Amino acid sequence: MLSLDAIREQFPALTQKVYGKPLIYLDNAATTQTPIDVLVACREYKERFNANPHRGAHYLGVQATTLYENARDKVAKFINAASGQEVIFTKNATEALNLVAYSYGMSKISQDEEIVLCISEHHSNLVPWQMVAKAKGAKLRYLYLADDYTLSWSEVEKVITEKTALVAIAQMSNVLGTVYPLKDVIAYGHEKGAVVVVDGAQSVPHLQTDVQALDADFFAFSGHKMYGPMGIGVLYGKREHLEAMSPFLRGGEMVEYVEEQVTTFNELPYKFEAGTPNVEGAVGLAAAIDFLEKISLEDVKAYEDGLTSYALGKLQEVPYLKIYGALDAKGRGPVISFSLEGCHPHDVATIVDSDGIALRAGHHCAQPLMRYLGAPATSRISFALYNTKDEIDACVASLKGVRRWLGHGS
Amino acid sequence: MDLSALYTELILEHSQKSEHKRQLKTSTCSERGHNPSCGDDITIELLVEDGKIVDAAFTGSGCAISQASTSMMIDLIKGRSAEEAQTLANIFLGMIKREISSEAELELLEEAIAFQNVSNMPARVKCAVLAWHTLTEAMKEL
Repeated sequence: MLSLDAIREQFPALTQKVYGKPLIYLDNAATTQTPIDVLVACREYKERFNANPHRGAHYLGVQATTLYENARDKVAKFINAASGQEVIFTKNATEALNLVAYSYGMSKISQDEEIVLCISEHHSNLVPWQMVAKAKGAKLRYLYLADDYTLSWSEVEKVITEKTALVAIAQMSNVLGTVYPLKDVIAYGHEKGAVVVVDGAQSVPHLQTDVQALDADFFAFSGHKMYGPMGIGVLYGKREHLEAMSPFLRGGEMVEYVEEQVTTFNELPYKFEAGTPNVEGAVGLAAAIDFLEKISLEDVKAYEDGLTSYALGKLQEVPYLKIYGALDAKGRGPVISFSLEGCHPHDVATIVDSDGIALRAGHHCAQPLMRYLGAPATSRISFALYNTKDEIDACVASLKGVRRWLGHGS
Repeated sequence: MDLSALYTELILEHSQKSEHKRQLKTSTCSERGHNPSCGDDITIELLVEDGKIVDAAFTGSGCAISQASTSMMIDLIKGRSAEEAQTLANIFLGMIKREISSEAELELLEEAIAFQNVSNMPARVKCAVLAWHTLTEAMKEL
């Protein structure tokens, strides 16, 4: 692995000061900072290769098309898809999941069938399924968590049944950090005849992704949570599903022949990419993949596990602090939610912000989970490969002062 | 950023033990206000007789800023007419949006002028204004 200093040097955003203090960025589950390689790739595309891909037989048009399709192939290899035709570029994981809900859910799910979600789903993998359930007369069922914030096998067997048409679940919770045993859940779902949709937005930057080993039917993620640009995301889908589905958005690019009354659609993956795509974003995402692979996801995971384990230990030393999530770094990702007794998370965020520390406060787009946990909101710190133990120490020291600011003795 | 200008003793006092945090036995109107992004969730109840707010209270949960702002607002509007309360809400919202800066007008807000600093903190503006928007909505029922 590269040295930590060498890695941090590649992130210009990390060198700045806020309120005169060095920025300590611990909101990586929301979005990661961007390395120079990605910034350069995006800029170079705009400076030298910008053209509308797949149209026009001129030099730049060919260059833009090549860059865009190379990016697709790189993504396919990165997640081990069988082919680039199974990789659809979207604007983010949310759009990818909506694509599945509209194009698959709205036509394949019927009345009285069941859609199974995990209670920890992000709204992006929950609200679209509520729409499908309501429109089709299907029933939403939830997988609830055990006391240690894990998913028990008995819960899986209880909730996923022959009635289940579709299971939608994140590989890693953006609130609890729990990494779910998806390979087993997917195999069990398939045994019951269900299709399984995976939200990989949180897991992709931290774990090696292999959609074929997982046997996921659909897998969605965002570029900006894995050091790439905002506005680019990916939907992987098994070819058999994608071919049987209708387009999501309609317009240019996604067509074959357009008559006055009817249209035939382009082949995969273009059928699902209406309009001029975000080539700059795709190029940036490809550069982010190169960046991650240069370091190796195995090393990233080992390093981040170390940070998580260290932070879990240090946070438990903070008086009045309660962690929502497993206390052992094993089986979880680098996302830690907590509450400080007597302090609203928004006040916590403001107070540590004054020390230059960026953390997230709120419901983290997971309101049903918050209600289930009995917490209207939590504070959350989340790590990336550039964070350090010193930053964790600074955060813990700042957290120890929060209660005093809010008028509690200690 | 100066935290002591935000978490003043006055604001902390109101956020921690407000005498107005209770339920009214009878109310003329009530309204729930919610900041979905941070989880502030309050319900304001008013008892209005002959156009006068004779009693007011709130329930719910939220950050120190939203709780204190609600409490100080109730302090201010109790005993006033609905019209006066609306005028004060408009002044408060104008203060936070930096549209009102006349000392004479701002002084009408009494203790609630303590939130003037929030206008420099975009991330906390929604917390400070929640109660006042909720009050405006509640009084539409009158």
